[in-house]
Amino acid sequence: MDFLTFINFFIIPGLIVGAIYASGAIAINLLFGVLRFANLAIGDMITLGAYWALMAKVLGAPLWLALICSIVLSAMCALLLDKLFYAYLRPKPRIMMVMASLGVAFMIRAVVQVIWGVDPLSYSTGISRPERYAGLLLKDRELWTLAVIVSVFVGLFSYLKFSKWGKALLAYANNPELVSLCGVSVTRLIFITWLIVGTLVAICGFFMGLNTELKSMMGWHLLLPMFAAAILGGVGRIEGAIIGGFIIGLLEEMSVLVFPAEYKSAVAFVVLIAILLLRPTGLLKGKVL
Amino acid sequence: MELIGILNYALFIGILAGIYALLSLGLNMQWGLAGLFNIGIVGFFAIGAYSFGIISGKVSNYHIGGWEMPMVLGAIGAMLIAAFFAWIIGKLCLRLRSDYLAIATIGLAETIRLVLKSETWLSGGPRGITGIPRPFSDLAYTESQMAFFALVVGLVFLTYLLLQRQLKAPWGRMMRAIRDNEISARSIGKEIEKKRLHAFILGCVLMALGGVLFAMFNRSITPEAMDPIHMTFLIWVMLILGGSGNNKGAILGALIVTTVWSVSEIITDQLPHEIAVQAKYARVFLVGLVLQLILRFRPEGLLPEFRLQANSK
Repeated sequence: MDFLTFINFFIIPGLIVGAIYASGAIAINLLFGVLRFANLAIGDMITLGAYWALMAKVLGAPLWLALICSIVLSAMCALLLDKLFYAYLRPKPRIMMVMASLGVAFMIRAVVQVIWGVDPLSYSTGISRPERYAGLLLKDRELWTLAVIVSVFVGLFSYLKFSKWGKALLAYANNPELVSLCGVSVTRLIFITWLIVGTLVAICGFFMGLNTELKSMMGWHLLLPMFAAAILGGVGRIEGAIIGGFIIGLLEEMSVLVFPAEYKSAVAFVVLIAILLLRPTGLLKGKVL
Repeated sequence: MELIGILNYALFIGILAGIYALLSLGLNMQWGLAGLFNIGIVGFFAIGAYSFGIISGKVSNYHIGGWEMPMVLGAIGAMLIAAFFAWIIGKLCLRLRSDYLAIATIGLAETIRLVLKSETWLSGGPRGITGIPRPFSDLAYTESQMAFFALVVGLVFLTYLLLQRQLKAPWGRMMRAIRDNEISARSIGKEIEKKRLHAFILGCVLMALGGVLFAMFNRSITPEAMDPIHMTFLIWVMLILGGSGNNKGAILGALIVTTVWSVSEIITDQLPHEIAVQAKYARVFLVGLVLQLILRFRPEGLLPEFRLQANSK
């Protein structure tokens, strides 16, 4: 196998999947950092995000508008879910929120299955052919996936590093008591967190749906690789989630070289176990919960 | 429906409820007593069912085993294998906070499902394992169901007695102390990780026993029968509804949820086809909603955990 084939069939798909994992993993890590719980409903929020975009598409919106609709609706859903199911649990032990999120996951999935059914759907029909760029095979939608996700990462990063509320958010993730003592409105920080999470799950779901197809279980199957990515990078660390997402994506694609293809999705589990065993703080020294 | 049909159906639900009660008791050992968040219930259930099928099932050309060992040996073997897996997962994750255990057990359950689906030499692949022995199978249908029901009830009762004893013993008090105040328990020299590991393994062994009974009951198992997360989710709802920390509650929850779940299936089957499929999913939504409502308005469940009152003045 020559070098270009390796890049085209392993590295590029790995980067695409990795970017999608990374966007979900950031959402997980933000919630880990600010609300301090593992949200098991993230996967199904991603599914719902993908289907919101489908709804907009069916109503006649072009794809870019469908993505924006999905972002708006997903962010609203995230806030609503917080109000209904998580907010009252905040004074209680954190693990109660994990349990509530498991229930939310099943409820969202049931809604998707009732409204859209269980058969695979997709945004567009027909086969898209890859174009050749100096030997690299890339489909249009893959270019868009990388471009949009990377610019969202850059945007999010600059928001968190440079804006007032972004800095407050990172500070809160680092030391909640100190930040609330400084008079920062925690309610507002939580509000911002859910907005970002809603945006990220919409993007994650949309691009997952664009590159594969829409299924009611698509998000649940993303949950394990995304959590593996979040923990691999370091719990609560945004940069860590990005690095972790790409590593898991690349490893999954390359695992096919060594193991039977059926076990592609077991890679995340193996990585997860390995990191818990060797370095529970993750690559970037995150928190250990 | 004739009387005998109703009796058969009631027995069917009774047996299922008994099997679920074992799972829910196992979960109560982990969550109710030790605060361990296991979402891989179905993984340990599957380990139990498949191990039993391989050890005690009929010889097969498709997969290793059936070694046609006596059923008791098969059941013990299955529980030991589950204990081994529980030990590995527990060793890795119990040092860390419960969120990690939740994720690792999801991963384990999904990976087990993958292995069962693709490793035909081990599990028969999609075909599954058939020819699993069942006690009392030489009786007529209804009598055989009744005898099996009695066996399940007996096992649930025995498990309940043993767990109850364990709960009242110093061990049970220590586990609650660890759950409720880890630091103070550690300060009086309790080895928290080790004790948690014990509770985790014990719970998983009970889940494997549930799997063994399920395999016997159906005489065959396929990867589809291990409907990965619905079952895990239902067991959680059973325990939370019944009352976590209370063994009676775990059994009561299993009884209620199994009955409602099975009876509602009869109702949804009566509906016209297009709505029937949707109604099945709507049911999951309602179960999720029930869980949220319990968490919100009655977090202690129907039968709250029994607590010894401190002798206050």
